Amino acid sequence: MSRKVVVLGEVRDGSLRNVSFEAIAAAKTVAEGGEVVGVLVGDSVSDLSAGLIHHGADRVVVVEDEKLKLYTSDGYAQALLAVLDQEKPEGLVLGHTSLGKDLSPRIAGKLASGLISDATAVEVTGGNVVFTRPIYSGKAFEKKIVTDGLIFATVRPNNIAPLEKDESRSGEVAALSVEIKDLRAIIKEVVRKASEGVDLSEAKVVISGGRGVKSADGFQPLKELAAVLGGAVGASRGACDADYCDYSLQIGQTGKVVTPDLYIACGISGAIQHLAGMSNSKVIVAINKDPEANIFKVADYGIVGDLFEVVPLLTEEFKKLKVHS
Amino acid sequence: MNIFVLMKRTFDTEEKISISGGKINEDGAEFIINPYDEYAIEEAIQVRDANGGVVTVISVGSEEAEKQLRTALAMGADKAVLINTEDDVEGGDQFTTAKILAEYLKDKEADLILGGNVAIDGGTGQVGPRVAELLNIPYVTTITKLEIDGTNVTVTRDVEGDSEVIETSLPLLVTAQQGLNEPRYPSLPGIMKAKKKPLEELELDDLDLEEDDVEAKTKTIEIYLPPKKEAGRVLAGELNDQVKELVQLLHTEAKVV
Repeated sequence: MSRKVVVLGEVRDGSLRNVSFEAIAAAKTVAEGGEVVGVLVGDSVSDLSAGLIHHGADRVVVVEDEKLKLYTSDGYAQALLAVLDQEKPEGLVLGHTSLGKDLSPRIAGKLASGLISDATAVEVTGGNVVFTRPIYSGKAFEKKIVTDGLIFATVRPNNIAPLEKDESRSGEVAALSVEIKDLRAIIKEVVRKASEGVDLSEAKVVISGGRGVKSADGFQPLKELAAVLGGAVGASRGACDADYCDYSLQIGQTGKVVTPDLYIACGISGAIQHLAGMSNSKVIVAINKDPEANIFKVADYGIVGDLFEVVPLLTEEFKKLKVHS
Repeated sequence: MNIFVLMKRTFDTEEKISISGGKINEDGAEFIINPYDEYAIEEAIQVRDANGGVVTVISVGSEEAEKQLRTALAMGADKAVLINTEDDVEGGDQFTTAKILAEYLKDKEADLILGGNVAIDGGTGQVGPRVAELLNIPYVTTITKLEIDGTNVTVTRDVEGDSEVIETSLPLLVTAQQGLNEPRYPSLPGIMKAKKKPLEELELDDLDLEEDDVEAKTKTIEIYLPPKKEAGRVLAGELNDQVKELVQLLHTEAKVV
């Protein structure tokens, strides 16, 4: 059964986020040969339409308004609901990002629809569109279907492979005019704390520190390693509770769940609560002084040693590798 | 101020998860207040202490959630409401829970509703915003700071590590992020007092809801555990050589760099 599926393209710092291409790939599966319609919302975003089409969208609807320059749930909900009203799709896919998490329940509430959040895979079996999603922060998984109405899901970054970019693809780009009114929550200020690094949830490489980093300064060698690998820095609850770093870096059952290609745990013992946030990473490296540390049980590779010796050596070795390749 | 907190009873974060009969095995597991909801309860108490008013903690679930509601009362909440769906709802989802909560809240003239930004079991983060939408009030998710001045509210929210400062007004729903506050432990006098505080128990009938009104829009068809990870290789030898070997392994064997 073919379906029309709408995908919201998410823009950050003037570019489309990778998760939007992953959402298009998920939408293609849901569509079963039907049309995938990209949506862009913002104050000046139509130039990005081609990116959605090159990654698999058949056409794009653009809603532009200066009131949509910054994300607000009121503004974006009005824009997206107007598109849904025009397109009447059978499916809707967003990225499970800060924006997607904030906006999707609003849309689902308005439409009285189901919503499958944080999907890591989608397939069609036996006529059903089946989403896989982690529960208990990845300690278990569930397979879920929508039983009534719109097939609506958000997809976790880094899990569904995007389609290969095809610059020969073309499609219609149409503007939709929407009157944006009654914004009940206004953003006064955006404080960029994360801008110095790569966003944790989308990072391909995460270098994470635990109590073993011993101080806020102790994160410095981790930051240097992250910079060489183009990765992000994370932390365990122990490191956050000890005030070595901001809670926004915390990875675990409370905190963020990450699934990078490479996770390097430095001075992290591996409490269950932390493992829940990272054990589905593709490759895990553990560096810890204690050979009995729990983290070695989930690690693909381990080095027993002091992180303050090992991490700088690793940074140097990766630098050499980058020069050679 | 009329303050409500949406609370969920969840597995303790240190619990291992096992499955029996296609369901998560709850035998012998420790249950707690969802950690993010604890921040919401703490914030509600602080807002009440600063502005006056009443804090009511609500939970949708089974009779067993009474224990966590009593804990919230012991922390300092004034009233608790358990909407017991054990006999009426099977396989409810976030649509179900939000619909029930909104039906309860619709005539309560809430000034402020707080919840956790996500529950550590289901992990959808949907219920809070859905309730706000059903009540037609604004919401701000993942907040780390809340300042109330009359009906004007300034909120700081965490956005993937950055923060946004947002101006809005009451009535309002917010969901708590870690860092909002440091939840208190119930004191002994608090625990004694909690026993005498009102805990109301309702069912769908009391909200004039039929089972059909809250029927889930989604269905779980399978629950499974991730494949057990085999312990990998702990390298040996001179530290320098171990580091070289590791980089080579990541490059040529794992192919991640």
